[in-house]
Amino acid sequence: MAEAAIPAPARRPVLAGRVKAALVLFGLFAALPPVAAAAGDPFLVLIATRILAYAIAAMALDLILGFGAMVSFGHAAYLGFGAYAVAILASFGITDIFVQIACAAGVSALFALVTGAISLRTRGVYFIMITLAFGQMAFFFFISLSAYGGDDGVGLRSRSTLFGTDLLENDVTLFYVTLAVLAALFLACHRIVGSRFGRVLTGIRENPVRMEAIGFTPFRYQLTAFVISGMMTSVAGVMLANQAEFVSPAFMSWHRSGELIVMVVLGGIGTLAGAIGGAVAALVLEEALGMMTEHWPFWFGLFLVLMVLFSPRGITGFVEKLGRRRP
Amino acid sequence: MKLEIAHLSKSFGALKVTDDVSLAVAPGEIHAIIGPNGAGKTTLIAQLSGQLAPDAGRVILDGQDITGRSMAERVHMGLARSFQITQVLPGFTVLENVALAVQARRGSSFRFFARVAEEAALNRAALDALAEAGLDDRAHVVARALSHGEHRRLELAIALATGPRVLLLDEPLAGVGGEEADAFVARLKALKGRLTMVLIEHDMEAVFALADRVSVLVYGQVIATGAPDAVRSDPQVRAAYLGEEEESAA
Repeated sequence: MAEAAIPAPARRPVLAGRVKAALVLFGLFAALPPVAAAAGDPFLVLIATRILAYAIAAMALDLILGFGAMVSFGHAAYLGFGAYAVAILASFGITDIFVQIACAAGVSALFALVTGAISLRTRGVYFIMITLAFGQMAFFFFISLSAYGGDDGVGLRSRSTLFGTDLLENDVTLFYVTLAVLAALFLACHRIVGSRFGRVLTGIRENPVRMEAIGFTPFRYQLTAFVISGMMTSVAGVMLANQAEFVSPAFMSWHRSGELIVMVVLGGIGTLAGAIGGAVAALVLEEALGMMTEHWPFWFGLFLVLMVLFSPRGITGFVEKLGRRRP
Repeated sequence: MKLEIAHLSKSFGALKVTDDVSLAVAPGEIHAIIGPNGAGKTTLIAQLSGQLAPDAGRVILDGQDITGRSMAERVHMGLARSFQITQVLPGFTVLENVALAVQARRGSSFRFFARVAEEAALNRAALDALAEAGLDDRAHVVARALSHGEHRRLELAIALATGPRVLLLDEPLAGVGGEEADAFVARLKALKGRLTMVLIEHDMEAVFALADRVSVLVYGQVIATGAPDAVRSDPQVRAAYLGEEEESAA
């Protein structure tokens, strides 16, 4: 066979390495609850659940930012849709997490489809600004939603139910369910990136003119990716609402959108596993620096500047460089 | 497949870059378009491929008016182009660059789970196109690591992989010289008859070796069309363009 003669593609090991990195991260997370229990600090599990939820969102953003070169500055809106899906449905007595996720994803898909179709008419800075504007519109919509606390938000009477049980009331169970969701969505993203669709999306990032000249219409593929990313981010919102047992428009402010971009950049753009690492690093640093000094944003900013200067490909680039130095 | 251009015009401000151009490219023919720099050759290709909309006139492919069709639609109808300035996906391997062009016409690209790298049919068709362009031995090199000559061959392989019936070649030999140019001309010759080709080229040796007919474009206007020898001896052409070249060559 002709294919047998072709040497294996050189980029394979890099991809496999990133899957391995993600598996290591998942393994470390899985070991956390017993460690936290032994250390007598059960609160750690709740913090870690929050990190996992943001990791889902950062990874979903990386799918379009890293692989599609679409810098969405309004992604916190989808976190909000997920979170409010939990609160609003619960107020009608619908607490099943699968129904909540389906509604969150449905609303997000619609919002992403409409705002994405408009935003994708623009490029570069204009794309960033217009996604920011749509994100802010969603933010102010929920601020004006006085039935659900408006600006103050609303507490959840209980967490979502899983198969009709209240298993998620247990912090450790919620943690593992969130970890499972992250792992499943990582697998999905990984497959998407390696699929026909993923290759087209990455091709558009590399050279849209070339893609048109071989017969692809970039818009369709970019919009589809934008919708997928929005839906995945809303799942993060569902988990976040359960973690906090509280929902407010603060989930969807533009600061949040910015933090998601920081996580992706910190982890290494276009790496998926890196986005997860970026979310962990950003939130752990925030917690750790926050305990040491009230001026933590300064030190965090300094760290970010140094990281971007000396390792533009983020934590992933840093780790891969170390790996190459010590074969 | 036949390509007709009827009264095509395009202006950038006061500058007429395409001035009432009409041409008929016969099926299987290699039709060369030559002319001095700034004559509007690339702009003409851009209008034929759908990258640029003409101000007036029509482009007709096999009797069908395609003037309003997008670049992607035209590719699916069998009209492909190569670029004067290499347009590849720099981070993709050579094989991936070409396989993507095959993928564009084979099946849906809205497939999200199966691994595209393992689609043997795509890779096989891509390797065939690479073999025709003389680049199959470099299939797994990342495109940005290729030499200039290899880039030109990749550009040709990608265009071939779209399965064209009419191929618009915008200076395929730009920056390629010596033996490499000869080999390139031989490859294009091997494609002759199977494809209709519109060839823009500055390398006159290549043009006269390949073209069935030659059109001369000067200031956006076609001043002569005919067999290579007839065009070469046309006094108007010699005055406008060829003269200086031949003198400098002599």
